[in-house]
Amino acid sequence: MLDPQHARKAFHAELCKKFAHPSNQCSHSIPRFCSAPSLNPILTTPKSSVNLLLKFWSSSIGKKWLVALTGLALLGFVVAHLVGNLQMFAGAAKINAYAEFLHANDKPLWVARLGLILCFVGHIVATLTLVKMNRAARPKAYAISRNVQAKISTRTMALSGLTVLSFIVFHLLHYTLRVTDPRFKTVAEGGQLDTVFDVYRMVVLGFGNPLLSGFYIVSVGLLALHLSHGISSVFQTFGLESKRSAQWMPTAGKLLSVVIFAGYASIPTAVLLGFLK
Amino acid sequence: MNLHLKVWRQKNSETKGHLVDYEARNIPEDCSFLEMLDLVNEDLLSRGDEPIAFDHDCREGICGMCSLTINGIPHGPSETTTCQLYMRKFKDGATIYIEPFRVGAFPLLRDLAVNRSAFDRIQQAGGFISARVGAAQDANSILVPKTDSDHAMEAAACIGCGACAAACPNASAMLFVGAKVTHLGSLPQGQPERERRVLAMVKKMDEEGFGNCSNYLECEAVCPAEIPVTVIGQLNRDYSLALLKDNL
Repeated sequence: MLDPQHARKAFHAELCKKFAHPSNQCSHSIPRFCSAPSLNPILTTPKSSVNLLLKFWSSSIGKKWLVALTGLALLGFVVAHLVGNLQMFAGAAKINAYAEFLHANDKPLWVARLGLILCFVGHIVATLTLVKMNRAARPKAYAISRNVQAKISTRTMALSGLTVLSFIVFHLLHYTLRVTDPRFKTVAEGGQLDTVFDVYRMVVLGFGNPLLSGFYIVSVGLLALHLSHGISSVFQTFGLESKRSAQWMPTAGKLLSVVIFAGYASIPTAVLLGFLK
Repeated sequence: MNLHLKVWRQKNSETKGHLVDYEARNIPEDCSFLEMLDLVNEDLLSRGDEPIAFDHDCREGICGMCSLTINGIPHGPSETTTCQLYMRKFKDGATIYIEPFRVGAFPLLRDLAVNRSAFDRIQQAGGFISARVGAAQDANSILVPKTDSDHAMEAAACIGCGACAAACPNASAMLFVGAKVTHLGSLPQGQPERERRVLAMVKKMDEEGFGNCSNYLECEAVCPAEIPVTVIGQLNRDYSLALLKDNL
């Protein structure tokens, strides 16, 4: 006698033959009993982690996940960078030692830098792909369009993102590659710094220019605006949003952004006001 | 009351459309927006002109057939649907822009009427329960916690009108899909097909060419059924978990 599993399988195969779909595919919901190819696309593709990643990327929600994950990693950097920078207030010796410590460990530093660059590229590529899809989704614009409750931070994501991007390019040229200011060389090389890692002096010299400080403050302001939308959106994309969390998430996003803005803006402000010299 | 209308007129999807000015005269304050258009159409017919085509059916706010983007807002300044919008919401002498729902996946048929079959196709991809439930049984035989039934009922209020996609700056249908997934996934009868449903519906949604959610929250603001935007969070969660389970 056949065991029940086999009996069901045989019975199902017979049914399938009897009510065969014109395309010779089976549309029922228990494919494990049937040898006919399933009509359901979800049940036909083999299981693998590569497949999972490919499917995830090809879906709209997967792209949003990538934007959110890379955004979170970049937020982590923004916070870590802020903690490092705030050592300016602990004196020249402290921040210069920190700079020397980072450069002494150049292998892990480069791993982190490469990771950041990858996140940056991923964040931008995924966003541009989504923007392209979104533009295509409304080929004909409204003559009059009005927002009912969209926040300013949400509506200016492209503007704030692109400004932050150009700011980062400038910031790297300014303080990391030191190509914009001839004073950022050691005394021996004709500049005004005591050592290669005289970060403190470099920052004080750099932010002594009110125009440049103003540009930095405006840029970190836009970064904070970008983050206030991004932080609360991450929860939604990861599906962590609930009725209760939807209440505090936007506030948490705003609060963290304000802290980040205040932290970053404090350094050029302190230099301009003469607290750091 | 008298109104200046700027109405989108377009013969069919092949031809180019444009806004046409109409004067609506002697409109009673207590008539609905659609009745106002009826009066304008009667006037047009009496002059031998083509009436303005627009979608409507039940005219009591439950069928989801009426559409229209009024002054840039789908369903206009009403709390519910366009058919439940009354002219007393407007000032005498006001200029009103009337446009169709502008979503690539909703091709324009004529004037203000668009084809919203894309929503039907998403629904057909998985927005149902095929489990055999037999004859109607005693309500107490399947226990559903009150919080779950409230949650399901809130999402089930969706009438599929398409205002969410029309209001979304990205023309995303995620509030609609989220509502269906939340509605069926919150009830015990919906569990067996929960993963298949969300995967199939999102796949169809992407295929139909809708945009992606950027959390503008405009959909929630215009939704005549007051579907909360948290259903999109639920959609994202269900989809991610289902894809993970299906492939690992």
